[in-house]
Amino acid sequence: MYLKSALRAATALTVFASTAAFAETITIATVNNGDMIRMQGLTEDFTAKTGHEVEWVTLEENVLRQRVTTDISAKGGQFDIMTIGMYETPIWGKNGWLVPLNDLPAEYDVDDILPAMRGGLSHDGTLFAAPFYGESSMIMYRTDLMEKAGLEMPAAPTWEFVADAARQMTDKGNETYGICLRGKAGWGENAAFITAMSNSFGARWFDENWAPQFDSEAWSNTLNFYINLLNDAGPPGASNNGFNENLSLFQQGKCGMWIDATVAASFVTNPSDSTVADKVGFALAPDTGLGKRSNWLWAWALAIPAGTQKEAAAKEFIEWATSKDYIELVAENEGWANVPPGARISLYENANYKDIPFAKMTLESILSADPNNPTVDPVPYVGIQFAAIPEFAGIATQVGQEFSAALAGQQTAEEALAKAQALTADEMEAAGY
Amino acid sequence: MATQHSRSAARIMMAPAVILLLGWMLVPLTMTLYFSFKKYLPLRGGDLGWVGFDNYARFLSSSAFWPSVQATLTIVGGVLLITVILGVFLALLLNQPMWGQGIVRILVIAPFFVMPTVSALVWKNMFMDPVNGLFAHLWKAFGAEPVSWLSEASLQSIILIVSWQWLPFATLILLTAIQSLDSEQLEAAEMDGAPPVARFGYITLPHLSRAITVVVLIQTIFLLSIFAEIFVTTQGSFGTKTLTYLIYQRVLESQNVGLGSAGGVYAIILANIVAIFLMRIVGKNLDA
Repeated sequence: MYLKSALRAATALTVFASTAAFAETITIATVNNGDMIRMQGLTEDFTAKTGHEVEWVTLEENVLRQRVTTDISAKGGQFDIMTIGMYETPIWGKNGWLVPLNDLPAEYDVDDILPAMRGGLSHDGTLFAAPFYGESSMIMYRTDLMEKAGLEMPAAPTWEFVADAARQMTDKGNETYGICLRGKAGWGENAAFITAMSNSFGARWFDENWAPQFDSEAWSNTLNFYINLLNDAGPPGASNNGFNENLSLFQQGKCGMWIDATVAASFVTNPSDSTVADKVGFALAPDTGLGKRSNWLWAWALAIPAGTQKEAAAKEFIEWATSKDYIELVAENEGWANVPPGARISLYENANYKDIPFAKMTLESILSADPNNPTVDPVPYVGIQFAAIPEFAGIATQVGQEFSAALAGQQTAEEALAKAQALTADEMEAAGY
Repeated sequence: MATQHSRSAARIMMAPAVILLLGWMLVPLTMTLYFSFKKYLPLRGGDLGWVGFDNYARFLSSSAFWPSVQATLTIVGGVLLITVILGVFLALLLNQPMWGQGIVRILVIAPFFVMPTVSALVWKNMFMDPVNGLFAHLWKAFGAEPVSWLSEASLQSIILIVSWQWLPFATLILLTAIQSLDSEQLEAAEMDGAPPVARFGYITLPHLSRAITVVVLIQTIFLLSIFAEIFVTTQGSFGTKTLTYLIYQRVLESQNVGLGSAGGVYAIILANIVAIFLMRIVGKNLDA
């Protein structure tokens, strides 16, 4: 027994010594979401296997997006790996800013990555970022409050049902709010949510000639519905709430329903963080019967900026963090409910994972999202909660601010839409559309 | 008296520092000017050529420009008003003999040492949050509906946060000035039967005018470029987009370096106008 352990230790030491000669310190920029925080906690495993050290730069979502975009466009070279999403990857890949990931080893099994994720993280068929986790959005709701209201959540509800249920669940005196939705301005915050929602109301950002469509009736319906619903059944100060704020409210038991990223499911059902862990149900994001649901498609992925001096070590990290082994590692340490979801097909075939209450709904939500045909009427862009053009982030942040101000009661929905229409038209004209 | 020789030696020795400082200021300024005449879109291939004054016209005609100037001036004005008035009041109070004076003074000055980002985060999450914040609990304790400070009274909230940070600075400068006030003059006025308000209006306040000028000048310079508090609390929503924030949005969020640079040039011009204006009006006090 001792001999075995000693031999193991000696082998580990030899491996470590031989790799340590080439050991690098890589700097990784990432978002402060739970799964990434978990990844940081497990970094020792990567260091033990490869000898490479990791330095983390963990930032809030909006800040991360600006930091990495600035760094890569100005060729700042601060990071060896960046956490980016489906919006940035194809645009940056096209600009030649990212190292292609088409030479990953066979055991990595690229074909195991969900096709929707692989497609969204590629440009011209070349993979430029590996998905750490993938997500769609869905309804997370309190089963006890639903029961109390005498309602039963259908698997695929309509907005009408959701709004009605939200109003019935609301008990402001006891700080129970029927629905929590993103209201904080930002293209990845409220603009993402409202854009996905608008798809189900038949709205779109641009027509086929790239003309902004905020003056349409469908947009007016979307924004008015959203504002009225949050005013009636949302928490106070909803216009300041993003993903993390709403997560915290839901975990404190203050939200009857929350429509947001599927990845939140593991946080709201985790008894050590959530006071309502055993009372959460899941359903598909709502629709209005027009054929599109209001769920999105997103992947937080790891990519290597072109020009980094530590490409080999960075690739080793990406292989480690997005591999099947990493999923096993998290499962071993934190349980199957906490593994990064939505990226690999094999996870959903795993018998251990099938029992997780949100697994089925997550996969269904991801599979029902089609970034190539996101809207009821045809559009010239790809992307569900965004339009994959370089100008989108800048425009949508400003549009999001107008929506947020409308939600806060500083202006009407119509005023916000008129401003959104004008500023989008300005920016598109400046960009040469 | 310095000889010709020692004077040239001094010049040579100072030259590196002067050149360094000049470069420090001139390089960014020249680059801002250079980019402001270019169509420079990093996400669309970078440098797309010269565009003359296009960026300047576009920045000025954008619907966000005038509201941002207005927001900037409102914040600067609001903070100055609060810090000067409360600063005078606090300085008078702290000048009174009291038990534990040293500790009280340190406590009053303390907010100035808190980083703007940290204080903004504390205000946002611990005080102003409409569900979990201290104010919300206070409001609820009195049976009132909690206020969403940062969205319903966004500018006022930011003015409050920034004032809290700058009040110690104003107090400190004004307290120093009050301490230099000749007490005999005040006593004489008191013996002549001047009431406290008159003593304050005719003796203390004129004596403080020079210190108030310093406070206004220094704070204005810093407040014109206020950023961190807005970034942390509202990210430019709800009418809190100042000129600095607008420039940031143009350059970093919209990735339009040319347009943002033109905005930068406007900001420099605005800052200079305000500075000259202030020097003219209040600078006289410094000469007196």
